Amino acid sequence: MVKNIKLIAVVSLVIVSFFILLKGLNKTNNYSPDLNSSKIDFNFKAKFLYSNEETTLYELINDKDFSIINIWASWCLPCRDEHSFLLNLKSLDKLNIIGINYKDNEINAKKFIKELGNPYSKVVVDPSGVNSIELGAYGVPETLLVHNKTKTILKKYIGPLDDEKLAELKMIIKNEN
Amino acid sequence: MKIKILVLIIFYLIGSLNLSYAANSEKVDQISKNLRCLICQGQSIYDSQSDFALSMKILIQNKIDEGKNNEQIYDFLKSKYGEWIVYDPEITKNTFLLWLLPLILFVFGAILIIRKVSIK
Repeated sequence: MVKNIKLIAVVSLVIVSFFILLKGLNKTNNYSPDLNSSKIDFNFKAKFLYSNEETTLYELINDKDFSIINIWASWCLPCRDEHSFLLNLKSLDKLNIIGINYKDNEINAKKFIKELGNPYSKVVVDPSGVNSIELGAYGVPETLLVHNKTKTILKKYIGPLDDEKLAELKMIIKNEN
Repeated sequence: MKIKILVLIIFYLIGSLNLSYAANSEKVDQISKNLRCLICQGQSIYDSQSDFALSMKILIQNKIDEGKNNEQIYDFLKSKYGEWIVYDPEITKNTFLLWLLPLILFVFGAILIIRKVSIK
């Protein structure tokens, strides 16, 4: 009788842990917090790539209805892949695309834009990576869609943009006002 | 004699500068040991040399310089990256098992031991 109970206990423990681990397989490795309190509540200062002037995030996301904040670097290969998608988004009237150049060399950054085209209305530099952390970013590339009036982050993509994300972004911009 | 005093003063200044620097970075170390490096999981911000962790350490230093205390820095990072960035999960409906399970096991073990002892 005691033996039976032990056997049942062991078997059920194995089964339970098997299903817990099986469920874990489907989860992504990248943990990302829920965006429920996604107000941009800070005022970081950064320098422009093309001039030495300083600016704040509030100034950057003031014109038009929506802003896309794209964190990129010339040394980041996936950024090259997503660049065409950003150029595609440039055609939207309601949208302003801002680039944050993450831990990059200025010459290389300018070369990157010259080579692949400039989707950004403004580019600021983030040589220490602190501004990106204040935005809650993990690294490059990363893209945030911001509602300019309410200063909230509507959507956040970790990793390069693709067809699916592009379609989703356009949908959100079309539906929100 | 004057030169000796001058040299001593210079050494003293260098020393005190180092000390204050060490005290400051000690605080950064202390905070960063409690933070999970989100892109190199399994390491703390303190251990990691990834770009993310290096920037995070600069940010922590900046916040300390601004006069923020540890709690304020943790709260700021939690608001940006979620609860998961700190190695100290709060009790929520997702984590209650984590907190309760050791207690349950402890009680269970105690019952086992008491039964064994009383049988003897």
